[in-house]
Amino acid sequence: MALQIIFILIAGATLGAALMVVTSPNLIHSAFWLVGALFGVSVVFALLNAGFLAVVQVVIYIGAIAILMIFAIMLTRRIAKDAGPRFNANWLWAAILAVVVFAGLTWMLFSWPGIDEPAAALNPASDPLRELGLALVAPGGFVLPFEIASVLLLAALIGAIVIAWERK
Amino acid sequence: MFDPVNSIAQWLSELLAGWGLSPTWVNLILAVIGVVVTATFVLVMDIFLVWVERKVVARFQDRLGPNRLGPFGLIQPFADIIKLLIKEDITPVGADKILFNLAPILALATVVSIWAVIPFSSTMLGADLNVGVLFIVAIGAIGTLSIIMAGWASNNKYALLGALRMVAVLVAYEVPMVIALLVPVILARSMSLQTIVQSQNVWFIVLAPVAAFVFLITAIAELGRSPFDLNEAESEIVAGYHIEYTGMKFGLFYAGELLHALTMGAIFSTLFLGGWRLAAAEQFPILGVLWLLIKSFFIYWVIMWIKYTVPRIRIDHMMILNWKLLTPLALATVVVVALLDKILVGVGASQLGYVLVMFAANLVIIWTTLLLLRRYARTERRRVAEPKPVASPDIIGTVGT
Repeated sequence: MALQIIFILIAGATLGAALMVVTSPNLIHSAFWLVGALFGVSVVFALLNAGFLAVVQVVIYIGAIAILMIFAIMLTRRIAKDAGPRFNANWLWAAILAVVVFAGLTWMLFSWPGIDEPAAALNPASDPLRELGLALVAPGGFVLPFEIASVLLLAALIGAIVIAWERK
Repeated sequence: MFDPVNSIAQWLSELLAGWGLSPTWVNLILAVIGVVVTATFVLVMDIFLVWVERKVVARFQDRLGPNRLGPFGLIQPFADIIKLLIKEDITPVGADKILFNLAPILALATVVSIWAVIPFSSTMLGADLNVGVLFIVAIGAIGTLSIIMAGWASNNKYALLGALRMVAVLVAYEVPMVIALLVPVILARSMSLQTIVQSQNVWFIVLAPVAAFVFLITAIAELGRSPFDLNEAESEIVAGYHIEYTGMKFGLFYAGELLHALTMGAIFSTLFLGGWRLAAAEQFPILGVLWLLIKSFFIYWVIMWIKYTVPRIRIDHMMILNWKLLTPLALATVVVVALLDKILVGVGASQLGYVLVMFAANLVIIWTTLLLLRRYARTERRRVAEPKPVASPDIIGTVGT
């Protein structure tokens, strides 16, 4: 019961922050609202007993991505304040599309039989973090996607170096 | 008996249960009291830190430091606090009010929240997270955010410059720091700080001196202390991100910085110096708190020692130190430690053998690093010593092409 109240409060705060991201006239404020929304998602992860995901959410999304965005905004001149209107002519269509997608997703979720079953209790003897780590490197687990993601990141890293390379 | 915190908690929970409260409420009330007690303990220590810092810097600079108010000047911090509180509170024109006021709070709050996961003794700790090490990194990320906030919201170019420099340093030095943090995690086979402390039968500084060294340097960079204090280089950008802050708002930044240094000491002690472990800490948990504080203050003293001895270094040198020395060094250490750990456990080495081989491997890493550094320094000296071509028509002719 207490968890549900906390969840509703956090979910509301997250959605509110997300709404502010798109409606705030100041780009820097949008970025800080985005940080708030990401933090809310991390709290939801923590409520679901997924401590690792909660912490990684903060490290990667707030510690790296949001800070990079704010950095880029601060280094760019005169784009922080946007004087134009927040909405353009298509806002009605966008709202209808959003409602339809939301309704579709909700309908799909409610047609799934597991929707009102309580979550299975975690096995207290096992460490979820250890299981996650093993699953990432076990041959029967996710070793292939994991390695492919690593190669992709490496390629991106090398690509960034090549772009920034100063040819003499 | 020798564990007053848990005895009081036990007594309190029985008392509350006796009043007919349900166990959920009792746990909630105890948790809230625990948070308040830990945070208060840390913040009260923070007041004392002002005095410690001023006394120690005075000794390094051959002065006496505060010595007028009370014995050894111990009342000085309270006078400072009163002064900060009654100062005029100025918000600069064009500042972003909400972010401007939020930044100092965030700066201190993030530092205090790190203490939630640091084990004070075998039985006293805030939360034994199974991702404790990552939690510290995550909180550090939010601390970075407070600096950006302060720099941007102040509407001052020096503040913005200071914030940009600080964030560049923080983001860069986070890489070797996280890699160095992996070494104790590998050795303890857990990210929980309490498990890391409990598995340090031999302090990890013996098993992984290189990782400890990298962590100490990156911790100092993370603190923005000299020699990495170009975020507040007085001669260039006045005071950096907190230039526009007055009174207690500045005080919060100052307190946060001091407490952050001690917190880094506590993290270092927990990861590499055995945390609360020392003589008789298992039987008398209260002693563990004392041992942890002594070790933390020792590392804090080392950080101050470096701060007040070494001059500031240039930003390009700082980046070279980070990307060309610390990051490869940390990566090499992680690879070596992980491989050796697997091999040594696989062949069933005794504890003494394990320690000796690990220590020897670290010595080899240090030796190789020094060799490479010497070669680099030699080529660098040769390059600098070369006669520089002065302006001549054929050189000038190539510039434009």
